[in-house]
Amino acid sequence: MSIKDTLKQDNIRTRIAFVIGLVFGVGLMAGEQGFLGDIWRYYSEDIIYLAKQHVILVLVSSGLAILVGVPAGIWLSRDWMARYSETALQIFNIGTTIPTLAILALSITLLGIGFTPAVFGLWVATLLPIVRNVYQGLREVPAYLKEAATGMGMTPRHILLSVELPNALYVIFAGVRTAVAVNVGTVPLAFLIGGGGLGELIFTGIDLNDPQMLLAGAIPVALLSMLADFLLAKAQYWLIPRGVNPLR
Amino acid sequence: METLLFISQNLDVILERTLQHLSIVGVAIGLAILTGVPIGILITLNQRAADIVLYVAAIIITIPSIALFGLMIPVLSLIGHGVGYLPAVIAVLLYSQLPIIRNTYTAISNVDPALREAARGLGMTPIQRLRRVEIPLAVPVVMAGVRIAVVMNIGITAIAAYIGAGGLGVFISRGISQSDPRQLITGALMVSILAIASDYFLLWVQKRLTPASSSSAAPAH
Amino acid sequence: MITLDKLSKVFETPGGGTVIAADQVSMEVPEGEICVLLGPSGCGKTTTLKMINGLIPKTNGKIHVAGRDTDELNPVELRRSIGYVIQQIGLFPNMTIQDNICVVPDLLGWDKNKSRKRAAELLELVNLDPGIFLNRYPKELSGGQQQRVGVIRALAADPPVLLMDEPFGAIDPINRAVIQDEFLKMQKEIRKTIAFVSHDIDEAIKMADKIAIFRDGKLEQYSSPDDLLARPANDFIASFLGSDRTLKRLSLLSVSDVMLGDQIRVTAQDDVSRARDMMREAGHKNIVMVGPQGRARGFVHLNDIADVQGRVEEHYQALPTVVNVHDDLRTAVSRMFRHDTTWLACVDDDGFFKGFITQRAISHALGATYRDAATVAAK
Repeated sequence: MSIKDTLKQDNIRTRIAFVIGLVFGVGLMAGEQGFLGDIWRYYSEDIIYLAKQHVILVLVSSGLAILVGVPAGIWLSRDWMARYSETALQIFNIGTTIPTLAILALSITLLGIGFTPAVFGLWVATLLPIVRNVYQGLREVPAYLKEAATGMGMTPRHILLSVELPNALYVIFAGVRTAVAVNVGTVPLAFLIGGGGLGELIFTGIDLNDPQMLLAGAIPVALLSMLADFLLAKAQYWLIPRGVNPLR
Repeated sequence: METLLFISQNLDVILERTLQHLSIVGVAIGLAILTGVPIGILITLNQRAADIVLYVAAIIITIPSIALFGLMIPVLSLIGHGVGYLPAVIAVLLYSQLPIIRNTYTAISNVDPALREAARGLGMTPIQRLRRVEIPLAVPVVMAGVRIAVVMNIGITAIAAYIGAGGLGVFISRGISQSDPRQLITGALMVSILAIASDYFLLWVQKRLTPASSSSAAPAH
Repeated sequence: MITLDKLSKVFETPGGGTVIAADQVSMEVPEGEICVLLGPSGCGKTTTLKMINGLIPKTNGKIHVAGRDTDELNPVELRRSIGYVIQQIGLFPNMTIQDNICVVPDLLGWDKNKSRKRAAELLELVNLDPGIFLNRYPKELSGGQQQRVGVIRALAADPPVLLMDEPFGAIDPINRAVIQDEFLKMQKEIRKTIAFVSHDIDEAIKMADKIAIFRDGKLEQYSSPDDLLARPANDFIASFLGSDRTLKRLSLLSVSDVMLGDQIRVTAQDDVSRARDMMREAGHKNIVMVGPQGRARGFVHLNDIADVQGRVEEHYQALPTVVNVHDDLRTAVSRMFRHDTTWLACVDDDGFFKGFITQRAISHALGATYRDAATVAAK
């Protein structure tokens, strides 16, 4: 998709997301007497409690993934790593095709049940796309920019900080966005390995064949995911400087 | 070791569930191609429609799969198929729309205007142009979208085990509930291998379909 | 001043072989001059240039920049003291024009206010309005504007030496000519010592004080453009310069170099007989008629007034065209051909008649060096 298309998409996305939010909000209030109202009355405490857990899982695991993934991507992109980085990238590409449920399952066999294995599994699933995009973003910075920077007397550290990273920022951010989307999509499964979160209402609802409980989990999960994507899209638009942001 | 033993003793079950898994993904992707490609072509005619369709597809893909199952169960229960094969196929069908529609749309709208001009100059009608120039050029890019969709949906189908759709996810769900690492590892391993193998196979197909002279790269995921 | 002393570069190929990219290159770019390194691709000109600021490490030899041996300098420090311009311009997309220009001053730790003020001055130097451009991003500028910024960015810290790697190669021909002219005008004031890589002979002839021709890593000839065109050292250089190399010299000589400055002229009120006498005396077939202040107004041809009476104003013809004394011979010849004439009146910037130029005089001037060479050879 061309950048202009993305731009337009994001514009429309903002508007439609607003409309959807409005519909849900109005639905929740107008549904005070109806189906959704019932769900809210029965499950509001659970929803709020589990949503907190849910958000904490997302923030902790994707935060750690960013903290580790960005330096790892930078490290892989350095010239002295060139011999290994293509192989590493192949492995990461394979890694990203591994289904997240499988990653969580393997995480249990390593670490057992609980918050830590859940965070670990989510961290792995989130880490790979971030490292990959940081690496690719940095490698795609045109060689002539680096040559100009070197020729003007910048040190390698300078070049990384004031030329390479700023110019790779858009691609890096796209990676973070993809990674967080994967993360948010996987967090509901964290319940399965004892990590808590809104998945509890969904899975229990399925097991008990209780549509109300099911929806009490599914609707907030869907909303949270859209919200996360929306916030990241906004952040991508505003945080990346105008000179290197194709959206602006 | 125990896991290897488990695998060797349960080859028939593994095979059966792998086929189940593939049948869900295969049927749904087949339907997704039948719907997504025409939609992708049609929306090249109208920018506004394209924006809206792509946007809705993008929204669907942000919804976590288990939440989508959750949202579908009450609805599909009305026709008696709340859990099982049908919701799994529908979910995969929905999730496949974005990559397939988007890649079709991008490929068709990115066909070199000079080629289109040349085709018109040769006296082709719009339908002939589509059939003989634009679609052949778009095929590799559409295949790239199909590949993305297949890999993604092998993972999602694994989760569908929780709504009783069967497939390799059953090993994982039973492994968790019975605290049985043998089943857990078998499931995780098989799903991963299936995803990786499909990825490589479809990449190979995609390369075969790409004319040597054409350098149109597939859009990034 | 840049001095290269037996500078060599040997690359190792992946196959285990070696390629000599620069072979014992010795040359000197004098203070304040532009030296163009010219040659076909792969001749070693770019390698040589990049060895000067250490982007490509040299294998052997010595380089002195502004009197200092580069081996004794930290490469980072060295590069900060040399301006560098590349073909792809290389403006940093993440920085505003102002920050781009101030990259080296910032690296050197200059006072921010001072360097920002200098950025504005430099923009004005290349006719870009600082009020508009300082806070723009590179992508908001046209190619020509970006290239101008690329050049002044290299000048920001006022380095004595400038390295330019095909700096105007990516610009369309019309804009390139404009920027080349601007740059030459600027160079007249700033007098930098410049090594300039080009593959374009016409650009080299236009920009260079000296041209260094490279082939297969060797410096084949190093001389002034006129000398190079007049006396190519070998067949390779002659064929590289092209079979029309004598015509190329036209753009190196100015009208004033070959103008016949004899001041014979008539005014409108003069009698035709006076014009006739003057022409016969000087052996000319034409004479220019000037106005009261001395501006060229027209001419009379000897045949037209061979047997008529009256004043010049009754018999003169308008001048088809004139040529400025500062124009190059290329312009003069082009005008002669266009108007099918063998001579042109030459005027100064204010239109005053200064003399005239003939095809004969031009071909004589171009041929002179060959006759000199033949005389030298005969001795």
